[in-house]
Amino acid sequence: MTTITKDGGASDTKSRRDFLYVAASAFGAVGAAAAIWPFINQMNPSADVLALSSTEVDLAPIAAGMIVTVVWRGKPVFISHRTAKEISEAQNAKMSDLLDPQADADRVQKPEWLVVVGVCTHLGCVPLGHQGNFDGWFCPCHGSQYDTSGRVRVGPAPANLPVPPYAFLTDTKIRIG
Amino acid sequence: MRKQLTAAAVALLLAAGLGGPAFAAAEEAVPSQHWSFFGAFGTYDRAALQRGYQVYKEVCAACHSMKYLAFRNLEDIGLNEAEVKALAAEFQIADGPNDKGEMFERPGRPSDHFKPPFPNDQAARAAFGGALPPDLSLMAKARPGGPDYTAALLTGFKDAPAGFKVPEGLYYNEYFPGHKIAMPPPLSDGQVTFADGTKASVQQMSRDVSTFLMWAAEPKLEDRHRLGLKVVIFLLVLCGLFFFAKRKIWAEVH
Amino acid sequence: MAFQTNSKLVKWIDYRLPIFTMAQHSLIEYPTPKNLSYLWNFGSLAGIVLVIQIVTGIVLAMHYTPHIDFAFASVEHIMRDVNYGWLLRYMHANGASAFFFVVYIHIFRGFYYGSYKSPREVLWFLGILILLVMMATAFMGYVLPWGQMSYWGATVITNLFSAIPVVGEHIVTWLWGGYSIGNPTLNRFFSLHYLLPFVLVGLVMLHLMALHQHGSNNPLGIDRKGPQDSIPFHPYYTVKDLFGLMVFLVVFSILMFYFPNALGEPDNYIPANPLVTPAHIVPEWYLLPFYAILRSVPDKLGGVLLMFSSIFILFLLPWLDTSPVRSGRFRPLFKQFFLIFIIDCCVLLVVGANPPEGMFKIVGRIATAYYFIHFLIILPLVGWFERPRPLPQSISEPVLGAGAAPSPAPAREKA
Repeated sequence: MTTITKDGGASDTKSRRDFLYVAASAFGAVGAAAAIWPFINQMNPSADVLALSSTEVDLAPIAAGMIVTVVWRGKPVFISHRTAKEISEAQNAKMSDLLDPQADADRVQKPEWLVVVGVCTHLGCVPLGHQGNFDGWFCPCHGSQYDTSGRVRVGPAPANLPVPPYAFLTDTKIRIG
Repeated sequence: MRKQLTAAAVALLLAAGLGGPAFAAAEEAVPSQHWSFFGAFGTYDRAALQRGYQVYKEVCAACHSMKYLAFRNLEDIGLNEAEVKALAAEFQIADGPNDKGEMFERPGRPSDHFKPPFPNDQAARAAFGGALPPDLSLMAKARPGGPDYTAALLTGFKDAPAGFKVPEGLYYNEYFPGHKIAMPPPLSDGQVTFADGTKASVQQMSRDVSTFLMWAAEPKLEDRHRLGLKVVIFLLVLCGLFFFAKRKIWAEVH
Repeated sequence: MAFQTNSKLVKWIDYRLPIFTMAQHSLIEYPTPKNLSYLWNFGSLAGIVLVIQIVTGIVLAMHYTPHIDFAFASVEHIMRDVNYGWLLRYMHANGASAFFFVVYIHIFRGFYYGSYKSPREVLWFLGILILLVMMATAFMGYVLPWGQMSYWGATVITNLFSAIPVVGEHIVTWLWGGYSIGNPTLNRFFSLHYLLPFVLVGLVMLHLMALHQHGSNNPLGIDRKGPQDSIPFHPYYTVKDLFGLMVFLVVFSILMFYFPNALGEPDNYIPANPLVTPAHIVPEWYLLPFYAILRSVPDKLGGVLLMFSSIFILFLLPWLDTSPVRSGRFRPLFKQFFLIFIIDCCVLLVVGANPPEGMFKIVGRIATAYYFIHFLIILPLVGWFERPRPLPQSISEPVLGAGAAPSPAPAREKA
């Protein structure tokens, strides 16, 4: 750096000058970081997407034995109004038979309503309802099978169909998400 | 000295010349009013916004859509989540097709946009003899004068001056370019009963609905002003720091 | 000189791709005249605004839909729903104005100090090309929101090409992709609007390469004679450019945060309607002088030719200006005419903003004529007949009282 100090009082001006540069650079860096935030945040879900992040579903029209598919956050969600037979099959399954052991009671809030995300945990296809050997779902892509609690019984899927967060607003209405 | 004078002269010239077209477009200079949201520190008056929304809903929405606004946006003017949900549910929104392939109607949700009075422009034109009531979402930004213009327009209906012919189906308005507007005077005293008890004169309603229209066009105004203040102050500090840094570094050269 | 460092990593990279040595040579120790004024900040400012436009443009393109049924709504989606969308949109729209403001000052600096003269002619040509690409980019960008002014401005300007004899109509249909401005037009304008800024980056790099060949001009217009006339770019001009950038950002932020629609047209907040023409069709302010020149000729083809000539004439400037003296500082007659030229450009801007009737029509024609007279008649004559003030010996001794005799005006036969 070809700066030429004029006089012997250099050390005092030098430290004052250095502080100035440090301060300016530090402020500048803070400013630059703050300025970058909007550019990153704009890729986060926008207000209209957030507004659709929960879906309410009226359960009244779903008869026993019916499975209804709704869309939640762009994905299918199966809502199954289980018959007594389906409930007992789900509750009485042996943990050792399950690839991903989980009790039915841990997957439902009310036994006659099963709410699961309809995306196969293998590679993401949508399984077909009331099919397969376990009275649940069958995924045509690679042959995975799920039971009446949405638990995987035959692979290659590694995990049970996920249960989304949901709550009963009334006896006949749920809010998913 | 001469440089500064020339610069000033040039600036004046530009200002005068560029102000020209704005004056040429409006027939009558729109009176400027004081608005709570004007100026660098302006904010929206929430009470005025709610009254304005009431005017829109009870008077304007019969003919004018506001399609860029969603019910959830009303949380911004002071309604809480439950109120917004209830308000949205008052409207039947078109949806579908259902599993039978039919379109159906269902109660509105906060995520829905305001329901337009007509399903499309052609239906609106058919109802009003060819005239289309414009969508109001951006009206406050789509006219020179903005809220001053909308307020002036709403209070500017009067008898045509002697000799000025107004055809059947049109109405004389002081501030509408050309003076002949297809909209009949929409406001009359006491037309709306405000929830907060404010007297609903035409003057009051036009100010409140103009405030509401400005918010509808620019809902982020307050965010913009707030962030702007922080940014400008921060940059001024940075400016000062860099100024002194520059002077120090250049001290040897000068 | 190879970059001196202790870092093994830096040495490893630099040996394979000498970016550090290049930075050292072009950015750090690069010798720059020591007398550059703040008018020399505008080049780096323009580069920074280009980066701002590209970055904001890319993030906006993540949310924009280039289809006539969705474009206007997608811009409103950005303004209302996208996180900080309003900020990005206003930054991009006002950034375009800022870009032209900065570039116009940069160009007028070049005019006044003779920066277009030998050996910087190609530097100047690249600059004009940059201006042309900026104008095309801005024109297409303005169409994208699909407002009334977007649609009708595009209609008026693309219709101009029909003035070309024989092939004009075909060219316009080809441009439109149809029989009027429509969805094909919007889609291709979006594609080209995304592309051209990167063409600009390339042109700017060539521009900088040409600049570095002979170095910057300076307010005195005389060449550097030795190391006593120069200082290294870093830290002197890096800190000065940064300071200038801060001042610019303050002004830009005030515009963006408090007057974001001041330079725009309210009509563009009305969705495009092919059946309703706005009362006054005007382009953005930075295109107004050219719009005025276009409209000053009653003949369509004549207007188009004159408008393009007003920019192409700039290519001839190094030869039209016959003076062997570069800087306007030492050219008293040139200074006066330069001032009148600036006023003429401002008059053209005002004329462009108003309908071509009455006073504006007459003034517009005079101002257009004067624009060409300035380049074709005044500059050559002034260069020949002017008696320039004596030039200083060198940059380091600008004050004549230093004892040295003033250097004589250079001979006219300068290459």
